[in-house]
Amino acid sequence: MGGPCAYLAVTMLPTDPARLTHLQRLEAESIHILREVAAEAERPVMLYSVGKDSAVMLHLARKAFYPAPPPFPLLHVDTTWKFRAMYDLRDRMARESGMELLVYRNPEAEARSINPFDHGALHTDLWKTEGLKQALDKYGFDAAFGGARRDEEKSRAKERVFSFRSANHRWDPKNQRPELWNLYNAMKSKGESIRVFPISNWTELDVWQYIQLNDVPIVPLYFAAPRPTYEWEGQLFMADDEARLERVLGRKLPITERSIRFRTLGCFPLTGAVESEAATLTDVIRETLLTTTSERQGRVIDKDAGGAGMEKKKQEGYF
Amino acid sequence: MTAYTPDALIADDIEAYLAQHQNKSLLRFITCGSVDDGKSTLIGRLLFDSRTIFEDQLASLEADSRRVGTQGQEIDFALLVDGLAAEREQGITIDVAYRFFSTERRKFIVADTPGHEQYTRNMVTGASTADLAVILIDARKGVLTQTRRHSYLAHLVGIRHIVLAVNKMDLVGYDRATFDAIVADYREFAAKIGIGEFTAIPLSGFRGDNVAGASENTPWYAGPSLIEHLESVEVDAARDAAGSFRMPVQWVNRPDLDFRGFAGLIAGGVVRPGDRVRVLPSGKVTSVARIVTLEGDLPQAVAGQSVTLTLADEVDCSRGDVIAAADAPPEVADQFEATIVWMADEELLPGRAYWLKLGTQTVSATVQAPKYQINVNTLEQLAAKTLELNAIGVATIATDRRIGFEPYEASKTLGGFILIDKLTNATVAAGMLNFALRRSQNVHWQATDVTRETRIALKNQQPAVLWFTGLSGAGKSTIANLVEKKLARMNRHTFLLDGDNVRHGLNKDLGFTDADRVENIRRVGEVARLMTDAGLIVITAFISPFRAEREMVRAMMAPGEFVEIHIDTPLAEAEARDVKGLYAKARAGALKNFTGIDSPYEPPEAPEIRIDTTAMTAEEAAELIVARLVP
Repeated sequence: MGGPCAYLAVTMLPTDPARLTHLQRLEAESIHILREVAAEAERPVMLYSVGKDSAVMLHLARKAFYPAPPPFPLLHVDTTWKFRAMYDLRDRMARESGMELLVYRNPEAEARSINPFDHGALHTDLWKTEGLKQALDKYGFDAAFGGARRDEEKSRAKERVFSFRSANHRWDPKNQRPELWNLYNAMKSKGESIRVFPISNWTELDVWQYIQLNDVPIVPLYFAAPRPTYEWEGQLFMADDEARLERVLGRKLPITERSIRFRTLGCFPLTGAVESEAATLTDVIRETLLTTTSERQGRVIDKDAGGAGMEKKKQEGYF
Repeated sequence: MTAYTPDALIADDIEAYLAQHQNKSLLRFITCGSVDDGKSTLIGRLLFDSRTIFEDQLASLEADSRRVGTQGQEIDFALLVDGLAAEREQGITIDVAYRFFSTERRKFIVADTPGHEQYTRNMVTGASTADLAVILIDARKGVLTQTRRHSYLAHLVGIRHIVLAVNKMDLVGYDRATFDAIVADYREFAAKIGIGEFTAIPLSGFRGDNVAGASENTPWYAGPSLIEHLESVEVDAARDAAGSFRMPVQWVNRPDLDFRGFAGLIAGGVVRPGDRVRVLPSGKVTSVARIVTLEGDLPQAVAGQSVTLTLADEVDCSRGDVIAAADAPPEVADQFEATIVWMADEELLPGRAYWLKLGTQTVSATVQAPKYQINVNTLEQLAAKTLELNAIGVATIATDRRIGFEPYEASKTLGGFILIDKLTNATVAAGMLNFALRRSQNVHWQATDVTRETRIALKNQQPAVLWFTGLSGAGKSTIANLVEKKLARMNRHTFLLDGDNVRHGLNKDLGFTDADRVENIRRVGEVARLMTDAGLIVITAFISPFRAEREMVRAMMAPGEFVEIHIDTPLAEAEARDVKGLYAKARAGALKNFTGIDSPYEPPEAPEIRIDTTAMTAEEAAELIVARLVP
């Protein structure tokens, strides 16, 4: 074998016209979706969470509109509790893509210093759910791209690529528009908006492999490295901002350095780390494939309200 | 059971594994069946056998199985796939859910749809993107009404690979005779609806027999397991790539004045720089300059790829147009026969304008009352005035402008459409174009370099259609003839189309029924339009008794070009003259459908010129008309 990425010699270009690979077909489908929205929505926006799915979605958008920059801004609904490495990559990608970056923080959450330790579920509700609604209303966006995938969670498996929200952002799972072939109906009344999921049909492995084949920049936290960690309610977390942790908790936590990485990224006190030595993309993919627990397991959000947690959150307007 | 376990390769040689995964093709399929057929169980089994289920999911699955499962202490795979809370409570799958798994050779996307008749629209939705359909049958029950419905719907949306999955073989003791009888029964039915080939597999989703590998319980079955079969069938994308080049234009990319790219998903064929292409509906021909991507220009692109093309010439081309192979373009038309699946609670309103979206074109369209509705259980054709939720019917659709299209069986992209309610914005129907209604419109419009304007300038005159209408014997031909003589003397280029003369040639196949009279006038109108394009002053003398057809011809012409001249002679006067002896024959009953006698004449309400033949001579009438035309 010629080094860790020998198979990269196989490019994304089609070799046999009659046989596109599944990644080529997924890419084409996603680009088609991005262009349909740009053509039919009045004011589209791309929700950018800085995670790996967002990274792939942004890369697809750059491909879809090349040589022009994507004809919509990036919106980051911030909680102020993200990893510092995420803020760094966010600002870098906005520069490189030539897209406008809008950062929105819910003023009420900011004023009340809402944090994951003192406020539990309210943290997600105010910063993310309410913050997103406020941001969409403030700028008058009528279509918002999100990087959700159908393989992530059961209620997402049934959500359309174009998912409609009422004027108060609610999702009605029983009243979704039929979606046939690759024909998307983007028409809507005033006040209504659409959430659009261009990578609905991608799996976690597809996302990883696409990142590798296309050299898509991702936050280094996905790769294992020695990092300061603490334990909280039986899970392992990274002390990304020790001073702030101490300020909020009113005490110093015992910090240990461990080799860790993250399978998903969110607010650092809410995102569980895994102990790992996987320092390259190939290692990460191998670990992902050999793992025996599902990706979202590290997130607290799906476990509320029993088996229907995500579905309930989505009806209320969570992405 | 034989489970798919790629683990060894992942651990030992991750690069080889990734290379294998990277080169997998994609197959989309749909599973059709009811709750009782074990559909969710089969999908759960596919996910389980392909190691798409993680330990934490398995743990909660085991807990759920004991709590609400229907399989006693055994794992209830159905719980894995029933997503929404409402569904889990009712124990049925309401919507379309998409599942993902992959084997060593392929990645699969499964559309899981409900089986009951009230969910026909959901099944059609799931089937629209599928290459293959798995029709589930309970071995204990055999071919049922729902089996026929599912098969018909799968065939209707153009799925070419049908798998008859005879499930629950464990409950009939893996009995070969039972399986053979079901297959024979199904074959007879399938042939009736045009399904020529299908693959029948005896299996048990619950036990795993013949799902991933050959089962020891069915030694008499030599065919492939379900997964083996799914791995080997040809996907539709391969078939699309073999056709002629077509790309609906999604987006015109203009970052600056120097770059003008046309972005779209290639629906058929292959494209290379230098290829001659035609832009529809305009018909302009140019060639492809570049295939532009972020990674650099491509030497070729194929069906299924999203690309951006630049063209060699500055031709008009915008979203909704179709760029196609110049020598094999799709048809362009505005009237179609279509098969329609109604998907809304509010029924179809024939004559109402809906938005029709096909490819990237959105146009206004009206649907006529259905020719018939299809009973999806018996496949009988029933008379219908409208289509209600989940009804399937065949009807004529007219669009407000010409669109590039192909029959659905040739191209799902250029033949499949949705209808959108203009008020509620809901997607109310999906449809498939069968064919364009008029043969004349199947012919592609050829753009010519010498234009109508050029020819008009050469003739140094304004073209017009002098449309004479009136009863038989009113004096139309006489006056028309005089008008043409006067214009010829003034060096005007004219052509007189006479009703009787045209019926000796162009229209000799037409009689005098209402339908034939309409067609007679339509053809004359088309000929007159061609002649005005040539720059001529056309004079026509036809009874043309119906207002609607005269208005149809008026609409064909440029504004102001159509001059309606009513040769107004009372019936009694025309009958008294009876130059050709026709009134006498009609009165005697020897001539049927004679205008004024047993077929109506609808006089013009506001003709440009009205000639009262009881008040002036033919010569005076001709003078008056020419004076109006050439002041």
